[in-house]
Amino acid sequence: MTDLLIRGADLVGEGRSDLAIRNGRFVDPADVAVDVEQLDADGLLALPGLVDLHTHLREPGREDAETVQSGTLAGARGGFTAVLAMANTTPVTDTAEAAQHVATLGTRDGHAQVVPVGAVSKGLDGAELAELGLMARSGARVRVFSDDGHCISDARLMRRALEYVRAFDGVVAQHAQDPQLAPVSACCHEGEISGKLGLPGWPAAAEASVVARDVHIAELTCSRLHVCHVSCAETVDVIRWAKQRNINVTAEVAPHHLMLTTTEVLSYDPTYKVNPPLRPNEHVQAVREALADGTIDAVATDHAPHARHDKEHAFAEAAFGMLGLETALAVTMEAMISSGLLDWPQLAKRMSIMPAHIARLADQGRPLAVGEPANLVLVDPAARRVVDRDDSASLSRNNPWHGRELPDPVVATIWAGRVTYRKEH
Amino acid sequence: MRHLLSAADLDRTQITEIFDLAEEMSLVQGRPVKKLPALRGRTVVNLFFEDSTRTRSSFEIAGKWLSADVINISAKGSSVSKGESLRDTVLTVAAMGVDALVIRHHASGAPWQASRWIDAHVLNAGDGTHEHPTQALLDSFTIRRHLRRSAPDLLSFEGKTVAIVGDITHSRVARSNVLLLNTLGAQVVLVAPPTLLPAGIDSWPVLACSDFDEVLPHADIVMMLRVQRERMSGGYFPTPREYTIGYGLTRPRLEAMKPEAAICHPGPMNRGLEISADAADAANSLILDQVAAGVSVRMSVLYELLGGAE
Repeated sequence: MTDLLIRGADLVGEGRSDLAIRNGRFVDPADVAVDVEQLDADGLLALPGLVDLHTHLREPGREDAETVQSGTLAGARGGFTAVLAMANTTPVTDTAEAAQHVATLGTRDGHAQVVPVGAVSKGLDGAELAELGLMARSGARVRVFSDDGHCISDARLMRRALEYVRAFDGVVAQHAQDPQLAPVSACCHEGEISGKLGLPGWPAAAEASVVARDVHIAELTCSRLHVCHVSCAETVDVIRWAKQRNINVTAEVAPHHLMLTTTEVLSYDPTYKVNPPLRPNEHVQAVREALADGTIDAVATDHAPHARHDKEHAFAEAAFGMLGLETALAVTMEAMISSGLLDWPQLAKRMSIMPAHIARLADQGRPLAVGEPANLVLVDPAARRVVDRDDSASLSRNNPWHGRELPDPVVATIWAGRVTYRKEH
Repeated sequence: MRHLLSAADLDRTQITEIFDLAEEMSLVQGRPVKKLPALRGRTVVNLFFEDSTRTRSSFEIAGKWLSADVINISAKGSSVSKGESLRDTVLTVAAMGVDALVIRHHASGAPWQASRWIDAHVLNAGDGTHEHPTQALLDSFTIRRHLRRSAPDLLSFEGKTVAIVGDITHSRVARSNVLLLNTLGAQVVLVAPPTLLPAGIDSWPVLACSDFDEVLPHADIVMMLRVQRERMSGGYFPTPREYTIGYGLTRPRLEAMKPEAAICHPGPMNRGLEISADAADAANSLILDQVAAGVSVRMSVLYELLGGAE
């Protein structure tokens, strides 16, 4: 591996310095050769490589929508050096072998570290525990378990899962959606717009009530709970309360919930169909504030690629989900930095340090310091672009930001000392 | 008019135009030869993703009396389960060179999506729990005829109260009627148990109430909505009996109505549930007039969409 010298980057917004890389780690710039490959980072920020707690890579099973190769390249283009691959593939990641397979694909094809998320229940059916311990002990070293896409609605199963993962410092990441209050048909925030459009409502109470139950179970079991894609103000209040009570709960918010509102659905364009749904502005403001004050710990993309034909149905019948990896940093900057809600060190914490900590990734979210793994992203804080869905590494095009002007921050991404993405001039 | 997707697409002038033309069309219905050459050479496809004998027949007759070639395509069932996307189905039909697509779909919004994919005119014949604009047009046309019996020059519904009673949440008929009646100046009162009033109703241009008996004596028109079978098992109300007692147009309620008030129902009726036989067959029931008006109003709408010079 060749050496690399990055000159003059502003390290996480806290002062300029040169960064030297050798054999995948930061070394003292004085120690690299004089003719080393150089990267001029004048005017750029260096952040620790971003970590996504919530990615759907679709492989194995739906390689027409995304693969480990295409998804991680999209990640690299978005500044990510690690992604957690959700378990709802075909087959489901609910055994050590399945987890190992995803990890192996990552090693072979990945443009970022690929860490499988294990299913909590066999086949994601919410009935019996999957082999959590074997997944944890496998070479994939699974620590995050989730039935994402399905809520673990059975309180007994949730209790057992939380208890069981304590043995190996695991965390249960809950997709909070009470299936009685928000059944699978629910596809629009329940309120004025769902009533007007005649779309099945997805009330905020369906999320908040499950989270309220789960924080109590987390307290009972002294275990670690993570709340996926928090979308509403009521959930924020529950998590804030639980944290004040020292319950071991963390939470993530998806970039689209920081910016887009229910009004997008007025067009019946399934590009804006996502689960949980886009919420009205007061919820968007609440999750922004929660991300700012640390009630919500992390930004996680919920990158959900879909083949075009799976989105070209009637709204109620189209697939849920939107792309996120390539635009997550841009959207978070626009929502949080431009508004003054976060500064750069805080943003690095929410997009790299905390997600790495929640997933127990030892080599990610580390300081940009000598001896540490060289995972970083170089950011141009001033560049902007109009998003073009065809300018993408993803195999899918369900990009809700198409045609919108956003920051264009990522100049280069370096994973374990290797340049995985470099913007062309 | 390019498409008719929502009752909100029409202003009062356009509605009056459609109604005046429908009056002329209705004269055809009385003739032994019921055919006008207005749409000769134009092709109308009824693309129905959901069964509907009466709406489909009504559109079919309307098209045929205007001499259009009318083709019915049934695409029942979820496009997801069939493996063909909505877009592919719509593009396939449009590619045959049709002039207008009359779309009925079990999912809200499908005609909006279709209108963005093709050049043909799109007419919404009922989408999910969203809208059914031609039903609202024929309802208001029938109401206008009724009101004109005592006020022949009546143009708007100012000062009139229309009570719409039943499952508002899941009713496309209610949504379109609210929009159209509001444009025409009527005061709309929605009557339903709170479980069947949609979210966000405070923002609608209506009054909402869960006490039928409070509203009934003030209504000039009482529009009863069908209670769908699946709502009965959905826990929206305890029993059909309790529903009938609370929200049915029963014989005692018939007597509490204003003497000049009239009864509407979009059909098909559940006699004995939301409407008693006495009410359905009462002298002031407009229910069969509604069905007859359906053909003339749809002829008028098809002519508005396709008949002009292009």
